[in-house]
Amino acid sequence: MPSATAPARSPAGPMIELRHVNKWYAEFHVLRDINLNVTRGEKIVICGPSGSGKSTMIRCINRLEEHQQGQIIVEGVELTGDVRNIDAVRREVGMVFQQFNLFPHLTVLENLTLAPIWVRKMPKREAEEMAMSYLNRVHIPEQAKKYPGQLSGGQQQRVAIARSLCMKPKIMLFDEPTSALDPEMVKEVLDVMIELAHEGMTMLCVTHEMGFARAVADTVIFMDRGEIVESDRPSEFFSHPKSDRTKLFLSQILGH
Amino acid sequence: MTDVAAGKPIPGLMQSRAAQWVRANLFSSWLNTAITLVIAYFLIKVLVAVLSWALFNAVWTVENNNTQACRAVQGMGACWAVIAEKYRFILFGTYPYEQQWRELAAIVTFIALYGISAMRRFWSLRLLYVWIAGLVLIGVVMWGGVFGLPVVETDRWGGLVITLILATFGIAVAFPIGVLLALGRRSDMPAIKTLSVVYIEAIRGVPLVSLLFMASVMLPLFLPEGVNINKLLRAQVAMIMFASAYLAEVVRGGLQAIPKGQYEAASALGLSYWQKTGLIILPQALRLVIPPLVNTFIGLFKDTSLVVIIGIYDLLDAAKTTVNTDPEWRGFGVEAYLFVSIIYFIFCFAMSKYSQHVEADLARARRR
Repeated sequence: MPSATAPARSPAGPMIELRHVNKWYAEFHVLRDINLNVTRGEKIVICGPSGSGKSTMIRCINRLEEHQQGQIIVEGVELTGDVRNIDAVRREVGMVFQQFNLFPHLTVLENLTLAPIWVRKMPKREAEEMAMSYLNRVHIPEQAKKYPGQLSGGQQQRVAIARSLCMKPKIMLFDEPTSALDPEMVKEVLDVMIELAHEGMTMLCVTHEMGFARAVADTVIFMDRGEIVESDRPSEFFSHPKSDRTKLFLSQILGH
Repeated sequence: MTDVAAGKPIPGLMQSRAAQWVRANLFSSWLNTAITLVIAYFLIKVLVAVLSWALFNAVWTVENNNTQACRAVQGMGACWAVIAEKYRFILFGTYPYEQQWRELAAIVTFIALYGISAMRRFWSLRLLYVWIAGLVLIGVVMWGGVFGLPVVETDRWGGLVITLILATFGIAVAFPIGVLLALGRRSDMPAIKTLSVVYIEAIRGVPLVSLLFMASVMLPLFLPEGVNINKLLRAQVAMIMFASAYLAEVVRGGLQAIPKGQYEAASALGLSYWQKTGLIILPQALRLVIPPLVNTFIGLFKDTSLVVIIGIYDLLDAAKTTVNTDPEWRGFGVEAYLFVSIIYFIFCFAMSKYSQHVEADLARARRR
């Protein structure tokens, strides 16, 4: 069981720390002794075959999934069963999902302003102004009054990114953000993510877009069967993969 | 065919299209022709019988409660005179005759409240105040005791207003309880989950009639000496308990249809449980279950007629009493029941139509 005491915030330490994290789905050992440090402004791309635990790992960071052993510390706050800690972490961590998960009953603008108004207690006008500025940043201010169902997949995912940014997160988690998109829409989403990376956001991206990894990642992590098999700078990772499993995986996804 | 009736231009073309439709659908083979003719024969016979009973042979009024004319045509013509003569008892029950305008005022207030609530542009917090004011007004008018109105005990209330009171409070209170039960049944907290499941299954497992009996007969046994809960209130509580269990299951159906991603996205944004539920999940879940919700509301509206078994005179029972107690009018039950059926139908059909309207409205705004 993780210890209940949360260490004091230390700005010099890593932003996210995973120490000996283990997780099981019943008998299935989905995360095996995961150790990971993420420093401020670092961009990490996580790849690996499906079922390797990469999504599960980043979903543990904002506690959409519970880990059973080890420690996860985000911005000095340890994730335990304590709801206050979970809320504190979720306020700092934004997440973008494969299926966008926009709220279909709200307009784009309402999707963006909902959390700032209700969680950050921001006045509505101010929240709307901020939301419009983020819609501008993801290049779709003209869609503000539409409902998610009226937008293309790429537009929806950009709205989802803007919705997360409206909470002014210090860390952004991307869970296969382009996997559900038609090929011609992948680029518009990746472009927004690259812009975000250049602005210095701390990012963890589960993705198979190796072009994106080359362009922005500081570290590429390869996971397989619940383990971090390899972790390296992209130049090394792609040119000199060390383990056979990494080589096999790279040959499969870069081969075609 | 409808195009013809609507008098669209190019009648010749329309005529032929109508003729084509008739030939294709009614007379396409000798067997179809035979079936069409047989059905048409019976339809016409029934129509003629109904019309001659309800209109041509009907007695509309009689003088001085003299029902000879009605008796003369009994079986061949309707005696609408029973309605003309007794509509006040059917609508207002045993409420003091000269005070019955007060019940009428209460009914009109209810209908006005329904009407206002149906209009989107009035949907705001102020509507709640309007409702509270309206219900206070209804209470004051019905009870009296102030402004020189004589007090009328609830035992004497009856007729349509009872139906409206039971249905309105029934729906208004049972609905939020039902939502909470549905949420409780899906809760992670074992105690709350168990309580909700037990409540829902226990209530759904017994007939409303037995619940009403329990509320009316058994409840006073458990209460301390001297505490006496009004009979109408007891019936109301039983109806609310019953309806909330059914509504809970309807709402749960909606909750189950919301994808997990909606919960996750709301959680990831830092929304609390109640914010998630109230802002994200329920607005979508309830929209999905409008048809079964309204179905349950309509059922509840009609179930109010079961309160007669514990001696409360609602609309239906007032009609029954009319034709059973007055020897002059004994035997004209069909007319009286038709009359109350039409009243029930108007309310239920209005609910049904309104729900269709709301659904269409929501679908227009949020195409997925």
